[in-house]
Amino acid sequence: MTTIPLTYPLTLGAILFGLGLYGALTQRNAIRILMCVELMLNAVNINLVAFAATLREAAAAGQIFALFVMTVAAAEVALALAIILILARRESHIDIERVHLLRW
Amino acid sequence: MIQLAWLIPVLPLAAAFFIALFGHRTTGKGDRVGIGAMSIAFLLSVGVLLDTMGGARWAQHLTWAIHGDLVLNLGFQVDPLAAVMLVVVTVVSLMVHIFSVGYMHGDVRYKRYYAVLSLFTASMLGLVISDNLLFLFVFWELMGLCSYLLIGHYFEERANVHAANKAFLTTRVGDVGMFVGIMLLFAAGGTFRFDELAARIADGSFALPVLAVAAILLFIGPVGKSAQFPLHVWLPDAMAGPTPASALIHAATMVAAGVYLVARGYALFAPVPQALEVVAWVGAFTALFAATIALVMEDIKKVLAYSTISQLGFMVAALGVGAYTAAVFHLMTHAFFKALLFLASGSVIHAVHTQNMHQMGGLFKKLPVTGWVWLIGAGALIGIPPLSGFWSKEEILLDAWHHHPAIFWTLVAAAALTAFYTTRATYLTFFGTPRDKHAYDHAHEGGRVMTYPLMILGVLAAVSGFVASPLAGFVYFGEPHHASFDPFVFGVATAVWVLGVGLALAIYKYNLVSRRAIIQVFYPIWVVLKRRYYIDDVYQYVFVRGMIGLALVSAWFDRHVIDLIVNAVGWIGRKVSEYVDEFDRGVVDGIVNGIGGAFVVGSRVLRQVQTGFVQSYMLVLFLGLLAGLAILVIGG
Repeated sequence: MTTIPLTYPLTLGAILFGLGLYGALTQRNAIRILMCVELMLNAVNINLVAFAATLREAAAAGQIFALFVMTVAAAEVALALAIILILARRESHIDIERVHLLRW
Repeated sequence: MIQLAWLIPVLPLAAAFFIALFGHRTTGKGDRVGIGAMSIAFLLSVGVLLDTMGGARWAQHLTWAIHGDLVLNLGFQVDPLAAVMLVVVTVVSLMVHIFSVGYMHGDVRYKRYYAVLSLFTASMLGLVISDNLLFLFVFWELMGLCSYLLIGHYFEERANVHAANKAFLTTRVGDVGMFVGIMLLFAAGGTFRFDELAARIADGSFALPVLAVAAILLFIGPVGKSAQFPLHVWLPDAMAGPTPASALIHAATMVAAGVYLVARGYALFAPVPQALEVVAWVGAFTALFAATIALVMEDIKKVLAYSTISQLGFMVAALGVGAYTAAVFHLMTHAFFKALLFLASGSVIHAVHTQNMHQMGGLFKKLPVTGWVWLIGAGALIGIPPLSGFWSKEEILLDAWHHHPAIFWTLVAAAALTAFYTTRATYLTFFGTPRDKHAYDHAHEGGRVMTYPLMILGVLAAVSGFVASPLAGFVYFGEPHHASFDPFVFGVATAVWVLGVGLALAIYKYNLVSRRAIIQVFYPIWVVLKRRYYIDDVYQYVFVRGMIGLALVSAWFDRHVIDLIVNAVGWIGRKVSEYVDEFDRGVVDGIVNGIGGAFVVGSRVLRQVQTGFVQSYMLVLFLGLLAGLAILVIGG
C-alpha cells in the first residue's frame, strides 16, 4: 500500500493557513474574517490528522484533538455569528474598520 | 423556704426595673407591682425567719471573678441576724409602700417614686444577706444613690437639691474611710467574706494594730450612713424628701444599715478594745448631742430626724459596750416605732400642709387614729413600759451599766432629753389649742390606705418588745447572755423619763414656767442649739467655702499660668507648622504632582498603541509568533 508522504498534507495545511491568515488580516467584512478563521482552524486540523496517520503511536491523541477543535470551532462560530448579528442590528453594517468599540 | 432567701432582694429589684420601664402602662402607675413584690418578699422573709428559728442556716456562693489564685465569690448567707433584719425591713417597707399610695396620690413623679422605693428596699435586703464586705459595699452605695434620688424627689426646690447633694456627699466621706478599711482587711486577710475574716482573726493571722486601724476605718462608713457625729449633718436636711420615704430611709432601714454593718462585722471589732471604745463614745456622744438639738426644733420632721440620730447613737453605743443583742433588739423596735412616728407625722403633714409644730395643735380630735398611734410610737420612743422601746432601751442601759458606767450616764441623760422633746412634740402637735384655724378646720384622716399601715405598725411598736427573751437566745455574738433585771437601772430609767415628760408637760401644758422665760434665761444655749451647734455653719465655711476658695485660686492659676504656657506652646506649634506647610506645598506636593504628571504624559503616548482594530492586534500577534519561531529556529 502506497502511503501519501507527510509533506503533502502539511503543504496543503500551510497553504490553507496562509490563505486564512491573509484573509483574516485584510478583509473588512466580519463574516469573511470569520470564514478565514475557520479556514485556519481546519488547516490545523489537517496537520493534526496527518501527523496522527504518520505517527502511529499518537494516532488516537491526534484524531481526538481534531474532533475537539471542530467542536470548539462550532461553538465559536455560533458565538461570533451572534455578535455579528447584534453588530448588524446596531450599526446596520458589519464593516469592522468602522467599528472600534474596544478603543480607548 | 430558706433556700429561696435569695429571692427576697431579687423580687423588689425586678419590681423596680418593671416599674421604671412599664409602670406607666399598669393601673396605679406601678404601685401595685411594688406592693405585690414587697408582700411576697415579706412572706418569704417570715418563712425564712421561721426556718432559721428551727435551726436552719443557709449560705450559697457563686464564683464572680478569678484573678490568679484569688477567687472572689458572690454569695449570700442567712443567719439569725440576717433573718430578723429581713423581716423588719420588709415589714416597714411594705407599710411604707402602702401608705405612700395615699400620701403620694397625684404626685407628678409617682412612678419614679415607686421605682426608687423598690430599688432602695432591694438594696437594703441585698445588703442584709450579703456574706462579704465587697457586695455589702455595692448595696451600701446603691442605697446611697436611692436616698439621693428620694431626698431630691421634689427637685424643683433648690433647697431640696442641696439637701440631696449634702446627703450624698456626706455619706460619701464615710464611705471612703469604709472602703479603705475594707481594702486593708482584704490586703491583710485576702478575703472579703465575713466568716473567713472571723476565722482568720480567731486563728491570729491578723496583727492587732492592723485590725484596730481597719476596724476604725470600717466604722467611718457607719458613722456616715447612720448619721453619727460628726457626719450627722445630712440626716436632718434629708427630711426634704417625701415623708414616707423618710420613714423608710431615714428612720427604719438605711440608717440602720450602719448599725447592721457593725453588728455583722462584730468579729472585727470584738478583739480590739480601743475600737470598741471609739464606737461606744461616738454613739453615746451622738445620742446626747442630737437629743439636745431635738429640744428646740420647730419642724416636726426635724425633731424626728434628730431623735433618729440620737436613737442610732444608742445602738452604736450599745455595740461599743458589747451589748450586741441589745443593739439589734433596739434596731428592730426602733425601726417599728420610728417608722410609725414618721408615717404618723406624714399623716399630720398631709392633713395640715405644714411641718411647723407651732402651726398645729389640738389635732387629736381631728386625727384620732394618727393621734393614738403617735402616742404609742412616742411612748415607745420615750421608753414607757410595756411598749417596745422600753424593753430594748432597758437592755442597752443594763449592759452599759455593767460594762461602762460613763457611757451609761451619758445615755441616761440622752434618755431624759428624749422624754422631754418627744412629749413636747406630741403636745404641740396633738393637744392644746389649735394655733392655725384654717389648717385645723381642713384637717382630716387620709383614708384607709394610710390609716391601716399606721395601725399595723402601731401594734408592732407596742408589742415587739416582748420578744426580748427569745431574741437574746437567737441573735447573739459569741455566747448568748441576757443581763438580769437590775432595780437600780430600772429606777434610774423610769425616773428620767418621768422627769422629762413631767417637765415638758409643766412647760407646755400647765404653763408653770413660761417658755419665753426659759429662753431668756438660757438664751446663749438656746441659740447654739437652734443653730445646731454651728456645725453646719462650720462645715459651710471650712469645707464648702474652703473648697470654693481653693477652686478660685486654682481657676486663677489655671487662667494665668497654665493658659499662658498652653498658649505659648500653641504659638510655637503654629509657627513651626507654617514652615512645614510651605515645605509641604513646594517640595512634597511638587514631587507628588510630578509623578502624577509623568504618568499622564506617558500614558498619553502609550495609548496610541491601542488602536481598537482587531486585525492590527492579530497582525502583531502573528508577527510575534514568527519572531518567536525565528528565535527558536536560529537559536535552537
